[in-house]
Amino acid sequence: MPTDPRSSTTTRPADLSALESGLDALETGGRPKPSVKSVFARALSPLIAIAVIILIWEIVFYLQLQPDYIIPGPRQVWDALWQQAEQQILWQSTFNSIRRAAQGFVIALIVATPIGLVLGLNMKLRAIFGPILTGLQVLPSVAWVPAAIIWFGLSDATIYTVVLLGAVPSIANGLIAGIDQIPPIYLRAGQVLGAKGFLRSWHIVLPAAWPGYLAGLEQGWAFAWRSLMAAELIAVSPALGPGLGQMLDVGRTLGDMALVLGSIGMIMAVGILVERVVFAPIRQRTLRNRGLIR
Amino acid sequence: MSFASGAHAVTDPVVEPEFAVRIEHVVKQYVTDGPIVLDDVSLDVRPGEFISLVGASGCGKSTLLNIIVGLDSPTAGVIETSGAPTLMFQEAALMPWLTAGKNVELALLFNGFPRRQRKAKAQELLALVHLERSYDQRPHELSGGMRQRVAIARALAQGRSILLMDEPFAALDAITRDLLHEELTRIWLETGMTIIFVTHNVREAVRLSQRVLLMSSRPGKIIREWNIGGHEPWRLDSPDVANLASEITDELRQEIIRHAN
Repeated sequence: MPTDPRSSTTTRPADLSALESGLDALETGGRPKPSVKSVFARALSPLIAIAVIILIWEIVFYLQLQPDYIIPGPRQVWDALWQQAEQQILWQSTFNSIRRAAQGFVIALIVATPIGLVLGLNMKLRAIFGPILTGLQVLPSVAWVPAAIIWFGLSDATIYTVVLLGAVPSIANGLIAGIDQIPPIYLRAGQVLGAKGFLRSWHIVLPAAWPGYLAGLEQGWAFAWRSLMAAELIAVSPALGPGLGQMLDVGRTLGDMALVLGSIGMIMAVGILVERVVFAPIRQRTLRNRGLIR
Repeated sequence: MSFASGAHAVTDPVVEPEFAVRIEHVVKQYVTDGPIVLDDVSLDVRPGEFISLVGASGCGKSTLLNIIVGLDSPTAGVIETSGAPTLMFQEAALMPWLTAGKNVELALLFNGFPRRQRKAKAQELLALVHLERSYDQRPHELSGGMRQRVAIARALAQGRSILLMDEPFAALDAITRDLLHEELTRIWLETGMTIIFVTHNVREAVRLSQRVLLMSSRPGKIIREWNIGGHEPWRLDSPDVANLASEITDELRQEIIRHAN
């Protein structure tokens, strides 16, 4: 290397490397991982709310403000569920409903993702089809139950139709919102990298839109679950097999308030469980990876 | 000072094109009848040359880079390049969902690099910017200077011979910026890339480049150029740097004062 008197004091490469390592170490501090105890405590804290609700309920029941067949106590609801469990109906209903919702959700995901991508990236198509998607999202999907029964009778097709019409608009709109919220710098960086077509969608647009997309998926799941319950509640037929919605309908038919409340409790419990076990960990991971939370 | 001894030295005068970037009479107006952002800008950049564009806000220096890289198109005029350029932004613009290593691999993927060799190549490029230990770190876990070094590695992964830099060190602290100046010079010498560096920091421009071009604002126009030559980073405290920098700064201030009334 030629020597230039003006640069004679320039740091040598080896020093430069060491200098950078030192600076890097100073500027990036290690961050302690959350302890097992705190993770455990956070997972269990919702139990406090459940305990409070049961306590208030028990007090109301104890005060006998209304007769038992209007407001049964926690104990009676538990017994009603236990009775269903002993006859194997509870688990069959629960698993059947979860299976239907999960299958419907996966189909909705496959249908909604291309729709969301296309409408998210193409403003002309969005101007044409966007309002319809929003209209479908606003429309309670239970409104489709009569139509679906006329088209498909009391069959699985009816149930899946209602579930899809509930979940697809939410997932697609979530993805569109996610795409709209992508910081422009990532798209520009992608363009400079030469990203085009499918590879651009797969490697840049979808991951960049992922936080909004994930919110859409969560909402889509909630809509799928609600729609399923509405469909099961209305489309009752031995051909369809058991489900939580059907269990609820049986409770109504028999005037068994304990079974009605027990069914509602199960429907909520499944919703909470799926959020806790499936979506919350994915959301936490996403936010932590991107440095949006600790 | 010798021109021929760097890695970017001309090896074969027959094959070597006479320019890496040729800008001819480029005009840019965002709105028809609106303000002229770039007014008849012409510029030749030799292969392997390191030039800086200096100017106050509104001189269109970023616009010019965007036009060269193809993110924007000129209203009039022609841009020719000897190969596809790449652009580095003021922010590192690393994809936050990928680790540092995967960010570099993403550039290799779009560059058509075979899948199996991507990891090794990415590690090699990270080692070049002294970040071999940061492969698995996420952008938010890195300091600003480290992120910008990953961005350099990512730009190198694209395998382009022309690197455009849009105030890449403006947001960094003085110590880190100083270090990255040396780093950039070293990489420039090792790779022989053509670099067009945009900055509003005159001393930075003088320290790094072989040629400094001063741009006027509204409309953006190249009004003066200084040939420095050489290819070693100058010490910031050297009297030559200080003298030349104050000369260019004076000129820049005159240009800014022109807008006072």
